[in-house]
Amino acid sequence: MKILAVETSGKACSTALVEDGRILGEYSLNCGRATSCSLVPMMDELKRMTELDLHTIDAVALTAGPGSFTGIRIGAATAKGLGLALEKPLIPVPTLDALAFNLYGTGESLLCPMLDARRGQVYTGLYESPAGSAFRTVHAQCLQEVAETAEELNTAGRSVIFLGDGSDAYRDTIADSVHVPYCFAPAHLSKQRAASVAALAMQYYLAQGEKCFADPDAFRPEYLRLSQAERRREAGADMSMTVRRQ
Amino acid sequence: MTTDVLKERHRRWEVRQRTGARKETDMLIQKDVVILSIESSCDETAAAVTVNGRQVLSNEISSQIDIHTLYGGVVPEIASRKHIERMNQVIREAMRTAGKTFCDLDAVAVTAGPGLVGALLTGISEAKAVAFASGLPLIGVHHIEGHISANYIADKTLEPPFACLVVSGGHTNLVRVKGYGEYELLGTTRDDAAGEAFDKVARAIGLGYPGGPKIDRAAKDGNPEAIRFPRGKVEGSEFDFSFSGIKSSVLNYLNTCDMKGEKVDVNDVAASFQEAVVDVLVDHTMAAARLCGLDRIALAGGVASNSALRGRMKAACERENIAFFCPPPVLCTDNAAMIGCAAYYEFLKGRESGLDLNAVPGLKLGESLYGTEAGA
Repeated sequence: MKILAVETSGKACSTALVEDGRILGEYSLNCGRATSCSLVPMMDELKRMTELDLHTIDAVALTAGPGSFTGIRIGAATAKGLGLALEKPLIPVPTLDALAFNLYGTGESLLCPMLDARRGQVYTGLYESPAGSAFRTVHAQCLQEVAETAEELNTAGRSVIFLGDGSDAYRDTIADSVHVPYCFAPAHLSKQRAASVAALAMQYYLAQGEKCFADPDAFRPEYLRLSQAERRREAGADMSMTVRRQ
Repeated sequence: MTTDVLKERHRRWEVRQRTGARKETDMLIQKDVVILSIESSCDETAAAVTVNGRQVLSNEISSQIDIHTLYGGVVPEIASRKHIERMNQVIREAMRTAGKTFCDLDAVAVTAGPGLVGALLTGISEAKAVAFASGLPLIGVHHIEGHISANYIADKTLEPPFACLVVSGGHTNLVRVKGYGEYELLGTTRDDAAGEAFDKVARAIGLGYPGGPKIDRAAKDGNPEAIRFPRGKVEGSEFDFSFSGIKSSVLNYLNTCDMKGEKVDVNDVAASFQEAVVDVLVDHTMAAARLCGLDRIALAGGVASNSALRGRMKAACERENIAFFCPPPVLCTDNAAMIGCAAYYEFLKGRESGLDLNAVPGLKLGESLYGTEAGA
């Protein structure tokens, strides 16, 4: 089973090639270069270095969202294009699940990945990965106020490991509102990585077989947030504010 | 895909990556050039398969107009979300209708700008992936050059040089087409695009979105001479346009009527406004053709579907013995066949985009995606 993975949900851009239990290659950039310019050249480099024949891959794994709207669309459009041209299925992985998977096997602490969603909000979820048992979702990924997450963690009363750019952005809020022992993951474990996406996708495949496959044509990203125009419209605000014609 | 074709293609791909250019022989061994093109710059998700630029095997367009109508205009984030939902199906349908597989293609083309950045990026990312997976050259295309090229599809005899008026919701350009892929911008709008003025006036007189077709229809039952709206001129640059003055004077007229308690005849306002806009568009284009000594005039862009503009431009051309060209409405609206046609002429020049191709939302006519060597 060979999986090519893409991860573009944040500022970092990452692609990896995994065959069964082995990561053949991974290429990640987090230097501010536009994902739109770097993703496919990085895949091309990965292909060359691993001497990959693209037609031998079995599936394309990707982060299905949430994250930067444009970022997840670049990854999704790339994965859908590969799926279409290579006639391969996709394996979508929730962004926060893949991020938390960076800290597989870290014991009794709760894992709290956070992506900055601006306006005092984060895309977050709660996970645990105790030694000797499976990686488990405690609270599925969602969009919420940082204060809500803090309250939930205080109620749980367990130690927490934070990771992701949201935990950097809201470090002060976390310091003020989280009253259980916590720490922040180090840089090499704190960011979204395509190798985690591929490894989690491989776990899905081992557990569910082809049930984890998604049709590249039908796949659509999970944004967890409506567009601003839709939010305004639902709130009954003046619709003419959102108009722009290019 | 047949393995041999793929192996050969990936071999050439490696050569291209190493040498940075397509080998001439690569082109000479091609008889027909088959291009898959993708367009997603605004609110139409489109894909097409063309042969040698001018022969259209398929031209699929998935319009999002219904959802944007709810908001009175195109909402960029919604447009991007819809593109990603429809993109694969549209490409698949274009390939199926054309009876082609990815194996039969010679290149993948995509609109790189101008347009909405998020919308452009979905098409660009998809096109890159298809090109990369199939070992094909990627050709980034200028959206406005695409609109102009729609004329080559509509009339197989048309060749440069000619004057072209590109009018749409986002663009108003008067262009001298000097050769394939060679353009000189003679005039552009200083404020609103022509189509934007139609949308704004349509909203003000209660016709709603999209304004172009609705004003066109209402104007048929109105008197174009009922109200004299100003013909916008730009001091010192005879081929530039300004539509905000016409739009403001329509709004003033509506206000005045309202204050006097007079009833507004929507059809008359639509017809008189349209007349003012068309007057300026036709006058400028004819003057440009005369000055440049061009005996051919072409229309392009969504507003080129406007019946008054078509009729008046045609009549003006006939009076001055100038040949008139105008694509059918399906090629005036945003579509991918026009992108495939423009890409073909780039392909013949050996041009190819890198996989690092980015969206250029503010790309102007005369600016090239291929650096300075492209010239103008």
